[in-house]
Amino acid sequence: MGLTARPDRQLVTVAPQSQEGWVTTRLDMLVNWGRANSLWPMPFGTACCAIEFMATAASKYDLARFGMERMSFSPRQADVLICAGRVPFKLAPVIRRIWQQMLQPKWCISMGACASSGGMFDNYAVVQGIDTIIPVDVYVPGCPPRPEGLIYGIMMLQEKVKRERMSDAQLRDEMEPDPTSKLYIPPEAIDELSEPFGNSVHQTRSGL
Amino acid sequence: MTAPLVVPGSADPATTPATLRAIPHRGGPLNPSAERIKTRFPDAFVRAEVIWGETNVYLRPDAVRDVVQYLHDDDAERYDYLSDVTAVEYRDLELPLQVVWHLRSLPYRRFLRIKAELPKGTPLKVPSVMPIYSGADWLERECYDMFGIVFEGHSDLRRILMWEQYAEGYPLRKDFPLRGRFSRSEQLRQALAAQPESRYSMTELTIADAFEDLPLEMRQRLAGGEKTGE
Repeated sequence: MGLTARPDRQLVTVAPQSQEGWVTTRLDMLVNWGRANSLWPMPFGTACCAIEFMATAASKYDLARFGMERMSFSPRQADVLICAGRVPFKLAPVIRRIWQQMLQPKWCISMGACASSGGMFDNYAVVQGIDTIIPVDVYVPGCPPRPEGLIYGIMMLQEKVKRERMSDAQLRDEMEPDPTSKLYIPPEAIDELSEPFGNSVHQTRSGL
Repeated sequence: MTAPLVVPGSADPATTPATLRAIPHRGGPLNPSAERIKTRFPDAFVRAEVIWGETNVYLRPDAVRDVVQYLHDDDAERYDYLSDVTAVEYRDLELPLQVVWHLRSLPYRRFLRIKAELPKGTPLKVPSVMPIYSGADWLERECYDMFGIVFEGHSDLRRILMWEQYAEGYPLRKDFPLRGRFSRSEQLRQALAAQPESRYSMTELTIADAFEDLPLEMRQRLAGGEKTGE
């Protein structure tokens, strides 16, 4: 996950050679404008990131400016899943089920180091990044991120939403997990990514 | 000046020990309960020591239940509050694994720590104190989950923190690798294979009002007396 340039603010770009009509592209812009400015978050707060998320939603940082004042505690009415905090393995099927219960269009923000990569909890109980369970749109780094950080992530997600095109046939395709392993990422990739210090399986805390 | 609070039925505050000041690491007044345990249960008593002003009584594992029953029932002891049940494994593999009970006597304002040593190589079994203190239920389940210590007499001894199908062992044991025994992908695969509903207490679900609303497949499993849920 490298640093990416901030997307430019041009909302919809229409290539001259495009076969799309003027009405379609304008409709895209209207729909995306509406969607981007009324993202209802499904808060999945499990740790200290949730405190920062609450601060973001409270009056000082005022998430309502982005049309997100309404926390949707039902996944069926939510647009964006904000996973704030570490996810233990015991919660893995729960967050996946919540994601599957959300209706399209839906997005996911992985807030904080723990949700994005397991963070400092490189142990037997914590999922090493929720992108191994559900697809993630925006990663917000920080431990925990300040509200400004989360707002920046939300604004990046808004840019992404504003760039969606209805003519894209694969836009709403749900990523299907691998039928045998039930994982989105190949098992070899997960093992390789989650072992920064060599053969972790044989690492013990007492050095035995 | 207000009179010191005296709870009805409790001991006279004048005769109860005052809060200790400048507590030494070792030594100091022994909790009188330790002496009484020694005279009443000479076979069960191993040794007693005072660490930081708190009394540790070491007992033989199989006698813990009787001693705790005495401490709970006797009018001179009245240890009516079990604050913790846990275990310790030392880094030195020669040292035995210890099971620890923290008992508090609210009327006499006493604290007593009871320990039972389980030498390496012996089956990790201690009697459950759940029949005496109902609050020991989850404490003993956690101890079983993390250390693999079997509490004999516990009515529902199963994992409480890890899921019931967790197959990697007991995480707080010293021979357990910090990242678990399986690879990350295998851990994730097994975790995702578990149904969230299987975490519910099967006993509670069977008697729940919403039993009829459960999926048919779950009702059949419950009717079949299934305990583990998977």
